[in-house]
Amino acid sequence: MEFSAVVFYFFAAILLIAGVRVITARNPVHAALALVLAFFTAAGLWVLLEAEFLAITLVLVYVGAVMVLFLFVVMMLDINIEQMRQNFWDYLPIAALVAGLMVVQMILVLGGETFGLTAPEAKPADYSNTKELGRLLYTDYVYPFELAAVILLVAIVAAIALTLRRRQGLKWVDPAEQVKVKREGRIRMVNLKPQKPEAKPEEDA
Amino acid sequence: MEFFQGLLGPAWLPVWTLVKIVAIVLPVLTAVAYLTYAERKIIGWMQVRMGPNRVGFFGFKLWGLGQPIADAVKLMTKEIIIPTGANKGLFLFAPVLAIAPAMAAWAVIPFTDELVLANIDAGLLYIMAITSMGVYGVIVAGWASNSKYAFLGSLRSAAQIVSYEIAMGFALVGVLMSAQSLNLVEIVHAQQGGFWQWYWLPLFPLFLVYLIAGVAETNRAPFDVAEGESEIVAGFHVDYSGMAFAVFFLAEYANMILVSALTSIMFLGGWLSPLPGVPDGFIWLAAKISFVLLLFLWFRATFPRYRYDQIMRLGWKVFIPVTLVWILVIGLAMQTPLGYLFH
Repeated sequence: MEFSAVVFYFFAAILLIAGVRVITARNPVHAALALVLAFFTAAGLWVLLEAEFLAITLVLVYVGAVMVLFLFVVMMLDINIEQMRQNFWDYLPIAALVAGLMVVQMILVLGGETFGLTAPEAKPADYSNTKELGRLLYTDYVYPFELAAVILLVAIVAAIALTLRRRQGLKWVDPAEQVKVKREGRIRMVNLKPQKPEAKPEEDA
Repeated sequence: MEFFQGLLGPAWLPVWTLVKIVAIVLPVLTAVAYLTYAERKIIGWMQVRMGPNRVGFFGFKLWGLGQPIADAVKLMTKEIIIPTGANKGLFLFAPVLAIAPAMAAWAVIPFTDELVLANIDAGLLYIMAITSMGVYGVIVAGWASNSKYAFLGSLRSAAQIVSYEIAMGFALVGVLMSAQSLNLVEIVHAQQGGFWQWYWLPLFPLFLVYLIAGVAETNRAPFDVAEGESEIVAGFHVDYSGMAFAVFFLAEYANMILVSALTSIMFLGGWLSPLPGVPDGFIWLAAKISFVLLLFLWFRATFPRYRYDQIMRLGWKVFIPVTLVWILVIGLAMQTPLGYLFH
């Protein structure tokens, strides 16, 4: 067996185990961490497919940012696992539909040869995946790319606008005001005459 | 070397790579140990104290040079106490999550033209991806400890690191626009020509943002609210003891050295010499890393801790707009005859 095949099966096994743990772990934090492992292993598989830019971006975006916030939320939720399990099987029809769709997609991908699709040839070692992706994104696909960016921006603005609440009676200082503070505004110099404490009358001598 | 190559056959490549990894990790760990010593000494001098000056070798005090070794031995022999309510597996796994990215990132750091473990094209991206995983160690540690203080510390840390990562990433976007490459060796090559050609000058706002965001990313003072002794005891590692605590400590210092190395490579010309005619070499990189590390220690000795809302304001409302404006400036300048200023 080739070395790359060994690496593939190693990563694939971890990916499958992690994926199963995501749905079977009773503790939601464990499930989220298993999902992190699944993303990371998937990135390893993508590197094996010579898609290093996508692999590193997967780690950067999903592992480094999305899952951190996800974990952040999951840790703070007080989840009653028994309650969650109650109507578990009610979701069976939807789950079956999704699973069926995924099976169809996998058949289409894995059986590509019957539809006349062949695997692309391996590129030479000095081929820069990153550069090619950049060129395509900013030439042929520049409008879809910019459009996607704007849609995401709109989503961010909308999420903030929906959740922003202006509380009353907030003790809030404007940093610009704080920076502008001068010595005169805070300190008043008073010219006090030196005073002597009055001599205490001597009681006993 | 060819003799060994023949001896090991197909196992040669993994063995040779392992040797190279050890050759990077061991010096990094030694540097971490002596960085703790340097920190205590330098901050001591800044506060008119002596710092550690007792532990030496073979009966000689040697200005306390044996202190890090003694600390390491002490920490290794101490008991690791696991709290009753803690999630045992994750509690012990969290330090590993903290130190692994700090070490893995060194794979793509070039020490000279030739001396680099993996000279990959997407080096900068790899660094950003790997360093963004360091936060898991902190979050998991805080949660697995099952303690309020630890959890508060880890939540603060998570919010802070996610916020500053954006500014840091944008600062690096400026670097890659100027160097027109994601390869760290290429980035250094693009800065050739002496002190005034290094990127700290044309990318000065980004340099400042990167440096300060680096301090925030490594949870160092004045951004150390994740530990915040005065409010939450020791933050996310309040329940850790012995070697488990030491590994967090190692990770923090290894990250400091990593950020210093990256600052040196991307803004201070890496191994290039500042004067024309003086030969380049690793010694320059070491000097630049030491200088940035000195800045880290200096900040800690000088500034009081930021308030939490001030940290968030600085990250989101100051750094991110500054980097965005400067990226725009670079982009526009590159379309005009002034573009040479940014190359």
